[in-house]
Amino acid sequence: MTELKDIPETSETRFGDFGGQYVPETLMTELEKLTACFNEAEADPDFQAEFHRLLNEYANRPSLLYFAKRMTEDLGGAKIYLKREDLNHTGAHKINNVLGQVLLARRLGKTRLIAETGAGQHGVATATVAALFGMECEVFMGKEDTERQKLNVYRMELLGAKVTAVTSGQGLLKDAVNAALQDWAARPEDTYYVIGSAMGPAPYPAMVHAFQSVISTEAKQQLQTVEGRLPDAVVACVGGGSNAIGSFAAFIGDPSVRLIGVEAAGQGVDSGKTAATLEKGSAGIFHGMKSIFLQNGDGQIDKVYSISAGLDYPGVGPEHAALQASGRADYVGITDDEAVAAFEYIAKMEGIVAAIESCHAVAYVQKLAPTMRKDQIIICTLSGRGDKDVAQIASYKGVAL
Amino acid sequence: MNPLRKAFENGPAFIPFVTAGDPSAEKTVAYVVALANAGADIVELGVPFSDPIADGPVIQAAGLRAFAGGITVERVFDIVAAIRQQTQVPLVFLTYANIPFKYGYERFCARCAKLRVAGLVIPDLPAEEAGELLPAASQNGVALIPLVSPTSGHRLAKLTVHADGFVYIVSALGVTGTRDGFAQNLDDLIADLRKVTDAPLCVGFGIHTPEQASAIAGQADGVIVGSAIVKLIADAPDDLAGLAEYAGAMANATHSGRGQA
Repeated sequence: MTELKDIPETSETRFGDFGGQYVPETLMTELEKLTACFNEAEADPDFQAEFHRLLNEYANRPSLLYFAKRMTEDLGGAKIYLKREDLNHTGAHKINNVLGQVLLARRLGKTRLIAETGAGQHGVATATVAALFGMECEVFMGKEDTERQKLNVYRMELLGAKVTAVTSGQGLLKDAVNAALQDWAARPEDTYYVIGSAMGPAPYPAMVHAFQSVISTEAKQQLQTVEGRLPDAVVACVGGGSNAIGSFAAFIGDPSVRLIGVEAAGQGVDSGKTAATLEKGSAGIFHGMKSIFLQNGDGQIDKVYSISAGLDYPGVGPEHAALQASGRADYVGITDDEAVAAFEYIAKMEGIVAAIESCHAVAYVQKLAPTMRKDQIIICTLSGRGDKDVAQIASYKGVAL
Repeated sequence: MNPLRKAFENGPAFIPFVTAGDPSAEKTVAYVVALANAGADIVELGVPFSDPIADGPVIQAAGLRAFAGGITVERVFDIVAAIRQQTQVPLVFLTYANIPFKYGYERFCARCAKLRVAGLVIPDLPAEEAGELLPAASQNGVALIPLVSPTSGHRLAKLTVHADGFVYIVSALGVTGTRDGFAQNLDDLIADLRKVTDAPLCVGFGIHTPEQASAIAGQADGVIVGSAIVKLIADAPDDLAGLAEYAGAMANATHSGRGQA
């Protein structure tokens, strides 16, 4: 059982030992303005009302908390509830945070939005909200990811965004973040950088926490309505960690609720082809934050690998690093093979094609549920829908479409 | 007083940059010696980082060549040791926060002091976070060089409070790389900085012609030239004479105002 002392101490810019603002001086004035704007907005009832109106009327919230009856029976242990972020407009949890941040961007008088994207879900959400508010939008995406996620590239362009393929490094999510940070430093006056995950310099991790916490605030209330109690465990996948922090947020202060983040182990945590940052990484400073990173002894950031374009990131948000260090949350790895098996399992068992990212969480639930009693409850967040992954999974399985 | 201050005693200083290990350790030693002989007052040595977010394509490519040549942090210190057998030109490192963090701030600064690396320029360690490195740096007599940008505005006093080497003025927004124009408010920025610090003010990011160097030296205390030097090296890695000729012209342009004040 978790005790309250396990909750990391937070300050204006830190979670325990992690977080901070490790960015070039050019961006510090912007971060100062953003911090002030975010603090004001948090306390402003008009901002909150507009944010929640957009969540409900545009993003289709609240999302369902769905009892997965067949999975529960099949696995023979804890009752499994799925938090259906895949049913949001644009098909993933990313829209929650984008709506909040774009409202801040408008308050700051910005006219141009930029974003990084891995699987394309955050890029699609940003392009969508840019269209909604008539703002200019440029999305940076690793070259390799633009190949893996062609459908989302076209969706972003359809929505009026410019998609820039990043060729530096491995052409993955990390490289897209580098390019977005560089672009922001080049024209900070009119540009707002919509960071999609619970990472980057303060105040981003706290903002993403605030805007994504709607996931667990709803889930807690929904479960209270149907079961009259708290869950025993909450399971969510972790790349940078936005859907996971949103899924954990309302339960962090409830010591009886186990919080489990599931990372992409790629070909195995010890295979050298992995993205299991919290299992294999060490403390470092990168992308504006002190956190845990996959890196070598000199501090050079490692190459990463996962079948999932949304999880193959060599770092993790600082609040997750702090939750792991304090012992409040546990982080485990799921391999490509396990995630693909879960992709097929949940499709056949519940009629849900879930994102390959989310299927990492589903795969861990398949292991966890049978070890728990039938009167116990797991909430598993389905962070997104899997239409974007169908072609890639078919090819992984050797099926020609 | 930090030894870097001496480099400014005769007037504006010329500060060229090279990436350590680009394309090899031996070449880097030869380049630094050539630059010192051509009139460099301080040499800035880049310690490569895998993801240099403040650097443009030219310096990013130099880092990749250095990694291909097998550069490590230990080898950078070996390069400095070899440089020290040939020249006592003041040296500063330019690197990213994760490199000294991972090495250990105290251990990193102690190594720097031993090899007379007099300062550190760390683009992703702003004033808000510099406190974690500052004790180790000052105990070892290594200056933490603050960066100031055209967007710094009201932050100037805060940024320069610990400046004991020099102040690095980023002359343009964005990443490193040669430019023809600089931030419009550069004159104002220099004037505002003079009100809050007596540390030498050096301007970098984009300077590549002797005319630019001479103009900057008319207002500032130092001219930092990075990408233009790195590009020369990339185009003709064996042409030491060409490097010396370019550096000499830039040094002369920077020094041209000396003695007039």
